[in-house]
Amino acid sequence: MKLSDTIGAISTPIGEGGISVIRLSGENSFELIQKIFFKEKDQSRRIVISEEASHTVHFGYIFEGSQLIDEVLITIFKNPHSYTGEDVIEISSHGGTYITQKILSVLLNNKVRHAEPGEFTKRAFINGKMDLSQAEAVADLIRSKTDSAHSSSIKQLEGSLSEFVYKTRQDIINIVSLVELELDFAEEGLEFVKKEEILDMINSLNERLRNIIASYITGKVIREGVNLVIAGKPNSGKSSLFNYLLKTNRAIVSSIAGTTRDYIEESIIINGVLFNLIDTAGLRQSLDEIESEGIKRSHKKIKEADLIIYLVDSSDSQEEIKKETEHFREDYNKENTILVFSKTDLSKVNLTEDGIRISLLEDKTIEELKKEMISKVTSGKLSLSSEDIILTNLRHRICLENVVTSLDEAANTIKDSMSGEFISVDLRNALNHLGEITGEVTNDDILNNIFRNFCIGK
Amino acid sequence: MKKYFDIVVIGAGHAGVEASYAAARMGCTVGLVTMDVNAIGRMSCNPAIGGTAKGHLVREIDALGGIMGVIADRTGIQFKMLNTSKGPAVWSPRCQSDKELYSQEAARIIKEQEGIEIIQGTVKELQISNYKSQIFSEDSNFSKFKYTVSGIITENGEKIDCKSVIITSGTFLNAIMHTGKTNVAGGRIDEKAATGLSENMRSLGFETGRLKTGTPPRLEKSTIDFSVTEIQTGDTIPQQFSQKKMEGFPFQEQVDCYLTHTNTQTHEILRTGFEDSPMFTGRIKGVGPRYCPSIEDKISRFSDKPRHQIFLEPETLTGNTIYMNGFSTSLPIDVQQEAARTIPGLEKVNIVKQGYAVEYDFFPTHQIDLTLETKLVSGLYTAGQINGTSGYEEAAAQGLMAGINSVLKLKGKEPFILKRSEAYIGVLIDDLITKGVDEPYRMFTSCAEYRLILRQDNADLRLMKYGYELGLIDENMILDLKEKADLIWNGVEFLNSNTINQKYVNKYLRKINSSEISQGEFLKNLIRRSEVKLKELLELDCYKDNDLIQNILKNDEAMNQIEIEIKYKGYIDRQDEQISHFVKNEEIKIPVDFKYDKIRSLSTEAREKLKKIRPNSIGQAMRISGVRPSDISAVMVYMRG
Repeated sequence: MKLSDTIGAISTPIGEGGISVIRLSGENSFELIQKIFFKEKDQSRRIVISEEASHTVHFGYIFEGSQLIDEVLITIFKNPHSYTGEDVIEISSHGGTYITQKILSVLLNNKVRHAEPGEFTKRAFINGKMDLSQAEAVADLIRSKTDSAHSSSIKQLEGSLSEFVYKTRQDIINIVSLVELELDFAEEGLEFVKKEEILDMINSLNERLRNIIASYITGKVIREGVNLVIAGKPNSGKSSLFNYLLKTNRAIVSSIAGTTRDYIEESIIINGVLFNLIDTAGLRQSLDEIESEGIKRSHKKIKEADLIIYLVDSSDSQEEIKKETEHFREDYNKENTILVFSKTDLSKVNLTEDGIRISLLEDKTIEELKKEMISKVTSGKLSLSSEDIILTNLRHRICLENVVTSLDEAANTIKDSMSGEFISVDLRNALNHLGEITGEVTNDDILNNIFRNFCIGK
Repeated sequence: MKKYFDIVVIGAGHAGVEASYAAARMGCTVGLVTMDVNAIGRMSCNPAIGGTAKGHLVREIDALGGIMGVIADRTGIQFKMLNTSKGPAVWSPRCQSDKELYSQEAARIIKEQEGIEIIQGTVKELQISNYKSQIFSEDSNFSKFKYTVSGIITENGEKIDCKSVIITSGTFLNAIMHTGKTNVAGGRIDEKAATGLSENMRSLGFETGRLKTGTPPRLEKSTIDFSVTEIQTGDTIPQQFSQKKMEGFPFQEQVDCYLTHTNTQTHEILRTGFEDSPMFTGRIKGVGPRYCPSIEDKISRFSDKPRHQIFLEPETLTGNTIYMNGFSTSLPIDVQQEAARTIPGLEKVNIVKQGYAVEYDFFPTHQIDLTLETKLVSGLYTAGQINGTSGYEEAAAQGLMAGINSVLKLKGKEPFILKRSEAYIGVLIDDLITKGVDEPYRMFTSCAEYRLILRQDNADLRLMKYGYELGLIDENMILDLKEKADLIWNGVEFLNSNTINQKYVNKYLRKINSSEISQGEFLKNLIRRSEVKLKELLELDCYKDNDLIQNILKNDEAMNQIEIEIKYKGYIDRQDEQISHFVKNEEIKIPVDFKYDKIRSLSTEAREKLKKIRPNSIGQAMRISGVRPSDISAVMVYMRG
């Protein structure tokens, strides 16, 4: 059977590096490693893994036949105390593509199967080392680019989303029970909860759910970074700022208007937050066909941006600056935009407008801009400080959105004075959607809840 | 002379009579073995049929060609549609029946049915032989059909041969009745227990468990002062359970029931008996139903409730006994009497039969499959309380299905299994098999996730075609049904696609305080207004010459279906969508010898249950309690490799 065979793969990124790790997992991983790993360079002494403790590291040599491949450390993880829950060996070899590939090929020649992407995690899941949402978090963790992304994934691994889902599920079960009670036990002479009260319960639940869903924006920022667009009219210094921030010469800088004909993307990390910088073509009407296309794409990028830096060239005339500033005020929403006056070293006018003033000749002014960028990200909608759960997974967001939709439908059903079985359809839909994240709900949960809380029985 | 029947049915309660009748109608010979030929179809507990969700079951049994609905219609002394203030899906028919007449009517139908022979006796043993082609899996816990049943042996040593046996023993297997400190063997008062059969089945390898149920005291009618109680009347226009329209319905005189309440004094007196209670002293090991708790259970669990409802229901038209609904108890008889006398109207009451609890053997349901056949013995079926249910209706539904499936198997045909999305009967059996039973199971509408579709009013439209195919429904019934279905289809079509001019309808809208329309409006949109009644709309003058509408007006049932279908379309559509999701999971089949042991991530509980129940689909596996979604994911991941 496929799942009990032994798989192997290089677990560190491909490329040059000090060391690389090759991981083996499966029933025969100990037996296999014993064939090719020797304690002495002359192949005089082998290791007997059954005699060694789990979680121990051993120095030795990997051979292919009689040929020495590399000097390595192997780490033993005996099942079930390993990542996959199976017998696992991790070989730490010298880095570099050649050596690691060579070791892997020796293993593959010894009946190890090359692991498919995610197969170690899949085995961990099948062997009960993690639940589905934890497995998803591992995938996120591997892809995460920054420190805060890392800690959010860890949090999810610890199950805070599962906890929230469980609690919400209980809340909905309580509401369903109240509705069902009136349907199945109408003859019992019980006092039933008023519809208005049920409506209140649904509404407050929905509010909480909407907050969690809103956190997805933050979650996305954590995982994928803030999409930051630098916008402004041609030659306002966008590419210069872009390059300055990157400290590279990636974008072409010149003083001819319209040089940047498309957008360019690069990523930087400021104070642990990932920014995807997007330099755009200057915003003006152009007759140049290619440039027009560039401008069109710029507008699209600006629309999708999480944060926009709008540059106004302060070396322009007072009149032009005023026009640009007004243009900015009309077209942009303040919450996710920073108005920046560039080239203050060249400015000949008296700037009275609010906004960050920068000169690429003065680091200090750029520091101020960075501070403002971080403060935009850490306040309001993009808040990172919230201690609540942060949704980072699109699938989870869609499930929760479906829950909210179903709860809204339930609320409408109540407002339409419909009978309980119709409300129940919507509430049960909400439960089903919630169940798609981590847990299912059965009719038993509802009945158990009823019997626990109400005196039933003629 | 050796006796032979195709099928032997053990027990002539509500499950047994349905099983026998269906099997005989489908052309098999049936030996119906009962300990007491005078107790056929007896109402052991409350003198009522139907009620919330149970009424749905009766309608479905009727649509499939069963007899419970017909018997109730002929013997009902009060008919009431419950929950009429709510939506159509939870309307439930219920009736009080004269329990003597009920039993007589059941016996008459059984005796008149060709192919059934009633045999008085107690079955002690099954005759079995080894099953011919055994399927053994390397997983030692899994084997299907070790034996084949070939007959029964009675207490007197009489052997009866057969190809199939259906056990519907009710509460009689090793039954013990408790009242206070006294306990006696017996399934009902003055009726003995059935011993031997459980032991015989255990020796074959069956597991048994103990359940408990109870019944309240029966009161002497002439000692009750009804003037201080609330009258509970039936519906002014009684409705039949059965789709067979019977001339002369209602057949019996219609009578009232009465409502009164316990009080704190009652509760105090009852508490004095607790130290002698078999429930509290641990003498009863069986688990009782939570939805039908004894009065002592209610006052101890909900001690803050100052009073509980007591319904006084006549057991028969002419007799002198009243069923004290809500007062199920196993406390000592003197405590029962004293406590009852504190209740308004019952100050001078005499108890003619005391309340008692009864404990009995049941067979945990992981041992049967969805056809109700046991997994161990081919041709052996169990139905009713032996499977851990309570209630006449639940028993009858299973009896009918076991009867049908045993015949289909004998004829080499595909089994008849109703899906959860098709019938309450499907929900009932799936719940039993998949979720198992740890207390007596009762049907609730909340058990049916597709409740909006599974209404009592459309049971015939859902199920009668099956009854007809099985040979249990006559041709004239199916022709009537087809006519009705066509009328519904055409009616819905017409009302969905046609508009009405404002000048024809505004007067009516004004009358019912509904906002008037300024231009032509789709009829369906008007029907969806909660204040608009389809009948009133169709009675408008402008439809006088419309044949379709005039035909609809003549057919109340069709009109009702049309109205529901249009009024609640949005919800029905949502429910249909849920069903399509449901069906998807039902269609992912799990191989019968799937090796659950290979997946280590399954919780111990999930693994044990999956191995025991062996669900045939992912959908069924998902419904097993203790099997978590992560277990299901693991099974699915593993199945895909």
